Amino acid sequence: MARSRDPDKRPRKGLSRRAFLSRGAGLAIAAPIVTGTGLPAPQGAAADVKILGPGKVPVTLRVNGKTHSLNVEPRVTLLEALRTHLDYTGAKKVCDRATCGACTVIMGGKEVYACSILAVEAQGKDILTVEGLSASGKLHPIQEAFIEHDATQCGFCTPGFVVACKALLDRNPNPTVADIEKGLGGNLCRCGTYVGIRQAVLSAAKTMKGGRTDA
Amino acid sequence: MPDYKWPDATRRALMGKRHSRIDGPDKVSGKAKYTQDRKLPDMLYGRIVRCPYAHAKVVSVDTSAAEKMPGVRAVTVIQGPGKEIHWAGDEIVAIAATDENIARDAARSVKVVYEQLPHFVREEDLSEAGSQIKDPEEKTEGDPDKGFKEADVVSEGVYGLPVITHCTFESHGSLNAWEGDDKLLAYISTQAVSDVGSGYAQPLKIPAANVHILQDHIGGGFGSKFSTDRWDVEAAVLAKKAGKPVRMVLDRDEELKVAGARPSTFARVKVAAKKDGTILAWDSTSWGTGGLTGAGAPPLPYCWRIPYRLKHYAVATNIGPSRAWRAPNHPQACCITMGALEDLAATLKMDPLDLFLKNIEMTAPRANLYKEELLKAAEMIEWKKKWHPRGDTTPGHIKKGLGLSIHTWGGRGHVSENRVTIHADGSVSCELASQDLGTGTRTVIAIVAAETLGLPISAITVKIGDNRYPRSGASGGSTTVGGVSASTRRATVDARDLLFQKVAPALNADAAKLEAVGGRIQVQGDPTKSMTWKQACARLGATPIVATGKCIGGRDELTNQGVGGAQMVEVAVDTETGIVKIEKFVAVQDVGYLISLKTAESQMYGAIIMGISYSLFEEKIMDPTTGRMVNPNMEFYKLAGIGDIGRIQVHMVMNKEQDERGVIGLGEPPVVSPGAAIGNAIANAIGIRVPNLPFTPDRVLAALEKRGGLS
Repeated sequence: MARSRDPDKRPRKGLSRRAFLSRGAGLAIAAPIVTGTGLPAPQGAAADVKILGPGKVPVTLRVNGKTHSLNVEPRVTLLEALRTHLDYTGAKKVCDRATCGACTVIMGGKEVYACSILAVEAQGKDILTVEGLSASGKLHPIQEAFIEHDATQCGFCTPGFVVACKALLDRNPNPTVADIEKGLGGNLCRCGTYVGIRQAVLSAAKTMKGGRTDA
Repeated sequence: MPDYKWPDATRRALMGKRHSRIDGPDKVSGKAKYTQDRKLPDMLYGRIVRCPYAHAKVVSVDTSAAEKMPGVRAVTVIQGPGKEIHWAGDEIVAIAATDENIARDAARSVKVVYEQLPHFVREEDLSEAGSQIKDPEEKTEGDPDKGFKEADVVSEGVYGLPVITHCTFESHGSLNAWEGDDKLLAYISTQAVSDVGSGYAQPLKIPAANVHILQDHIGGGFGSKFSTDRWDVEAAVLAKKAGKPVRMVLDRDEELKVAGARPSTFARVKVAAKKDGTILAWDSTSWGTGGLTGAGAPPLPYCWRIPYRLKHYAVATNIGPSRAWRAPNHPQACCITMGALEDLAATLKMDPLDLFLKNIEMTAPRANLYKEELLKAAEMIEWKKKWHPRGDTTPGHIKKGLGLSIHTWGGRGHVSENRVTIHADGSVSCELASQDLGTGTRTVIAIVAAETLGLPISAITVKIGDNRYPRSGASGGSTTVGGVSASTRRATVDARDLLFQKVAPALNADAAKLEAVGGRIQVQGDPTKSMTWKQACARLGATPIVATGKCIGGRDELTNQGVGGAQMVEVAVDTETGIVKIEKFVAVQDVGYLISLKTAESQMYGAIIMGISYSLFEEKIMDPTTGRMVNPNMEFYKLAGIGDIGRIQVHMVMNKEQDERGVIGLGEPPVVSPGAAIGNAIANAIGIRVPNLPFTPDRVLAALEKRGGLS
């Protein structure tokens, strides 16, 4: 039935808020080091942890090949930084807690939920947003396929889906329908464009490099 | 007299065919701007402080800490001391600050003291509702007593649909900026560009004409975005106070708690029939809630003219207000009716398709259409090959079953006016204060205009989403496609005829004998006497052609109402886990004169998927102790994902008869039947009715337990 809620079966979207907090991830966001419990000590919670904030800190983000410098509080998410502090409004805020995928961007080659990554954590990594896919003014084959198969209605989830498809096809250029359903299981749509999306991914795969012929 | 009639199949180049939506490139590239994407210089961010209690009285409100916070620019108390609050999440205080996070901090610093009062939030068991039950509505038609007396069989059942939410992906919100003292510019996420402004005008005491509404794209509405909300008006108040624009956008939890809910309906039903399947009578007691106002009686028995006796109780609850949800009251009525008829068929040991066909005259005036649609759907899903009597007896824990349903909807076009301009450079624009909810409104307008003017779709510029354009109705009730296509047709026919008059002398022809085809103006059937569209328009000189066309709603002959539609589904139920899987879903739908086949099919797919979603996953779950919604997030307010939908096949009924009806709306009808068809398929698979949606594993297992456990 339901798209898998099992974390192991869901597409990897980088760090969740929870995973981020438990790892400390190089920042002192008050990740307590639990000792004497028999549990493994959290990774990265070492002496080199740098305290940031609570005031604004300088942040440098590399988005679609361009470098942006901004000054934001450490609590600002990558999604807020993109949408509010820069002008990349393609990624959308819907659930704001790593469930729906409307904010999907590719960071360091992996798709992530931008709502659940802090901007300070996204530094030093290449970030690709939906705007970056057609930066030259020409639509990407995935985008063309979304139009051809009408894989968009209101369009609010569409940028997230397009980016998630890009990540999926980068990893698996020749997906089956089952691969697509698994690979895009971390994105949701309210208008119900999934039939078009399935077709769009198959057809984009074909355009991009031969693709499967049995699906 | 201009000929506005829709051209028949032999005389159309574009209408009824598959075309890509014209705003597709903007949507797939992230260029499409939604209200939430809008920014203005010096814009402030709005936040609402909400009441945590389902029923309470405000004792005191202290905003002093918030007001002192750096970055906070305006604070207003919406409901102060003495106000009685009737649902958790109602608005108490509004705040505007220079930064979204500061606004959140400020909201957290507001101290409100409440006196808690008793609340009631769960209406599923009517016997617990006590004084919350309002006086029943009762209605009788025909002689149901006679039917029950003459019956060989009386089938009884209980059916129910809980409150669900709209969960539009773009949450409700607006960006509000004052231009002087009494002029407001509002970007607002709305289904009613033409009319939403009056919702600001009244409380703000400014003329409605002074409210300028803008909206390029809307991230879903489904019936929840017809009016301004209190948070929009308060945002405008904050903007005035602060002297700066204020954007107020709901968080997901606010969206799910207060910005959209479909009323629930539960029913106990008895149906009487003869041994041969002749349906004789209906008796039902139903109840439901849509918040304080309860819920209106659903149209039972749905689609079938059976002598009936109805009793309906509205139950007042503290769950928050309800809103129109795609085909209001129809999914509820459909699920209850088709469920009761499927249960009757099972009691009679009849194939429900045979029961439907045997009594099909009771679906008049659409009996022939329903019959045709049922037979087509049956062929698509191989009903006769796959159907088995109730309860799949094949070994193993995966049980398969088939279910069916029919539905109806109105869908006549709303009042609409379109202003078409043909410029001397050959460009064409359509202007109307409509909105495209993702249904393809822009695309439909472009297709109709292009067809009428003999141009490619890309030659038409469609301008909507601004209330300064001619008025066009709100997008609700599946009225938009009929309205905008009729107004566009008339405007473009008039504009084209004016162009004919202009160029007739040059072609040495009678203007009435000209036609616009393939990018040319020519003498009908004689391409040798022609000129290109560009050459023709060049003759306009400095004065463009401007023509307006209307759809008058009500009796407009270019649009019509009253569709049918049949849906069938095959499910696989795991009797060990209770998990329901959609195997195949088929839908057959009439829609009158079809303009845009590709976006129409998308409406079908989308409605069916939304139907699968509310059938299997969705429920606004209220906690009786705290009176709050326990799942105001998307982890636990679940929506169907791409792996949950099975194979879906749609078939649009397209023929001369449908063409002659005129254009009818499609957004709602296909979302009506899924709950009924899926519920029936589950009963057919596991041998017992699961009474209430959503058909989650716990409910399926509970039903199996009642039947006596695993088979």
